[in-house]
Amino acid sequence: MAIKEKSGIKKYLRLNKFPHIWCGGCGNGIVLRGILQGIDDLGLEQNKIVMISGIGCSSRMPGYVDFNTLHTAHGRAIAFATGVKLAKPDLHVIIITGDGDCAAIGGNHLIHAARRNIDLTVVILNNSIYGMTSGQYSPLTPYGSFATTAPYGNIEQSFDLCELVSSAGATYIARSTTYHAMQIPKLIAAGIENSGFSFIEIILHCHTYYGRKNKIGGPVEMMEWQKSHAVPISKKGSNIDMTGKFYIGELKKTRSPEYCKTYDELISATQRRKES
Amino acid sequence: MESRQKNRYEIRLAGMGGQGLILAGIILAEAATIFDGKNAVQSQSYGPESRGGASRAEVIISPEDVEIDYPKVTTPDMLLVMSREAMERYGHELKPDGIIIIDSTYVHKPEKATGKIISIPVTELTKEKFGKTIVANIVALGIIVEITGIVSKDSLEKAVIKRVPRGTEELNKSALELGYFLAREKMNTIN
Amino acid sequence: MKKEYKLLQGNEACVEGALMAGVSFFGGYPITPSTEIAESLASRLPLTGGKFIQMEDEIGSIAAVLGASLTGAKAMTATSGPGFSLMQELIGFACITEIPCVIVNVQRLGPSTGGPTSPAQGDMLQARWGTHGDHNLIALCPTSIEETFYHTIKCFNLAEEYMVPVILLMDEVIGHMRERIKIPDQKELMIINRQQPSMPPEEYLPYRADERGVAVLANFGKGYRYHVTGLIHDETGFPTNDPKETSKLIRRINYKIENAKDKLLDFQKDNTEDAELIIFAYGSTARSALRSAHEAREQGMKVGTFIPKTIWPFPEKAIFELAEKVKTIMVCEMNLGQLVYEVERAVKGKARVELLSKASGELITPKDIMKKVVEVYN
Repeated sequence: MAIKEKSGIKKYLRLNKFPHIWCGGCGNGIVLRGILQGIDDLGLEQNKIVMISGIGCSSRMPGYVDFNTLHTAHGRAIAFATGVKLAKPDLHVIIITGDGDCAAIGGNHLIHAARRNIDLTVVILNNSIYGMTSGQYSPLTPYGSFATTAPYGNIEQSFDLCELVSSAGATYIARSTTYHAMQIPKLIAAGIENSGFSFIEIILHCHTYYGRKNKIGGPVEMMEWQKSHAVPISKKGSNIDMTGKFYIGELKKTRSPEYCKTYDELISATQRRKES
Repeated sequence: MESRQKNRYEIRLAGMGGQGLILAGIILAEAATIFDGKNAVQSQSYGPESRGGASRAEVIISPEDVEIDYPKVTTPDMLLVMSREAMERYGHELKPDGIIIIDSTYVHKPEKATGKIISIPVTELTKEKFGKTIVANIVALGIIVEITGIVSKDSLEKAVIKRVPRGTEELNKSALELGYFLAREKMNTIN
Repeated sequence: MKKEYKLLQGNEACVEGALMAGVSFFGGYPITPSTEIAESLASRLPLTGGKFIQMEDEIGSIAAVLGASLTGAKAMTATSGPGFSLMQELIGFACITEIPCVIVNVQRLGPSTGGPTSPAQGDMLQARWGTHGDHNLIALCPTSIEETFYHTIKCFNLAEEYMVPVILLMDEVIGHMRERIKIPDQKELMIINRQQPSMPPEEYLPYRADERGVAVLANFGKGYRYHVTGLIHDETGFPTNDPKETSKLIRRINYKIENAKDKLLDFQKDNTEDAELIIFAYGSTARSALRSAHEAREQGMKVGTFIPKTIWPFPEKAIFELAEKVKTIMVCEMNLGQLVYEVERAVKGKARVELLSKASGELITPKDIMKKVVEVYN
């Protein structure tokens, strides 16, 4: 089913920067579409949006969108974003990252931004592999999968990033897939609207490296896999065998004090104390 | 050379962490610079921990307000030692006409020391008078200033009040008085 | 109002200077012997409406500083050797993206954990060459508490003027010792604020440099929606592989500093006119050098001093001019010999270059210097 065309999102694209660098059939474009739709649904002012990324295929996304865009160093997008947001809390700060950028080299920044509950929206495009450097394993490459640096099968365990950021203190957590493209805009919008740290994991296919290395097939087969392995969170509690499967939808929605707001209160309190 | 040396009075306060020697150094430097219109530089070295371990504070005062180039003590004109370790390490580093003030609560036999030795059980007498040792550093400052006159007593008192916690001003003033008294008493017995 | 003296530590003077320059963001990670800078700004920044954050490490610290700077904040961090090493990649990012920031390095003995409370001057070359690739930046080195105050202000001014990271190379002695200082009124000082574009957003090209070769970056959120990347980029700010554009960018970010050299250089020469021997020293070591030079004069030796305050760019022309007049230039540094290579390069064989090095975690004393002076004077 084609995503219903809304003229709204075209204005967010830097059309003269196309064609993009991603492989034909890559899932990144589907996620880009979903993010822009979510932004458009909220009707945010373009000048107030900052999109920040690190290094990797997905991290090239900010180059194609007409916001304040910042393509940083490997793993550091969230730390840069922390500076942007704390210095100018009226900006909407969205981070685009990948499984290597976010879970490996940038893992510590992820944990601590979640812990602070700073109002950032992190969208991680999890394709289970390092695509830009042509197929090395990441912390989210499943056990036993093949990669150029795991020629005999990956002997490391992967982990659940959503659970990680949940225990670290994120207040909005969601997951979806490129197959469930229609769901993405809603999750993005809710993530941006949450006053606090929002984390949205999108499972997407990298047929060029992950698919080929693991003989899964092309985008169609990989999206078929997403369809058969994703379980809506609403079904949690029913007796579905979750072996090898994962929940999608809004996994966590909670409230706790947001970092920048708390800091602003601290400023007011110290200044009042100084005056009196 | 002579004129430069005269304009450079070197003080070393050596003891253990937690005795408040760095604060004493800061107070002395502030008395000189802020209240007495002299020039001064203060520095310190810490032990591995902020409490316990060796602690050393240094103050260089230029009575005639000339620039102080080298900021560390080379050979002190005045040395305060408040621990045995400090005595062993620094006791012999003193100008020939220098003054060494020894807290005999900790150092019983100053055999290695050179210069004019003034031995007073500072910590013990502080405890006797105030029931606590916390102001022993301030008592020591009183002794130093009574003996050397390197800053005025008025400036010293102002500098102490500026740095000590609110509510302890009277205690610290009494500590200074005790220091002045102990020094005078000692000088009388020596002379 | 008559200004009164204050007795401040070097680290405290740095904070006073930063506040005077208009710092509004600090991101840092505690590390001896720089921690007092973070502690003091944590307390002071909220009072001025500024922001302080203790990040999870030094990489995060410099990243947050650069992010904040893009919104227009005057942003800084402070660290020491181990943290400075961690920051290197993003110092290069700041150079190529031309994001201004101030990085204070209160040097301690290294390598590695080394001596946390021991002074050293072991990061002099790292400050210039620590990050990969051809780049250029500015580094200043204060010799006193008063200079630390004024140098910190200058660091912010230069960062904003040249859109470049500026490094303040202090050392443990300068960071922790206390001296008197009169803090001036802000209106007595020259404070430089960042240029902003004057054209409408549709005509704006962030990396179309001005006549000095300096980019004009609009503050994020002000209606100029542009792209910032650590990749090689053209004047639009977007990545390019074009060799001509590549070379143009690399040369520009280097030459914007090189071409401003005459304006940037600051050094102090004392008694050099008739000198046979010049002591070259910087930071806290310069204080010992001044003392020794006086003592040497009193002993009848014609000794002068050259104290660079701007370390990078390096004052090679001034040193060459001295080399033509003197027999010996004696470099004193708290390392095994770093800026001595620069001095040798600048001297071009016109004078003998001698090195007095000390890497024991102690300040070089006037006695150390005198001994060497006597040894090499003739």
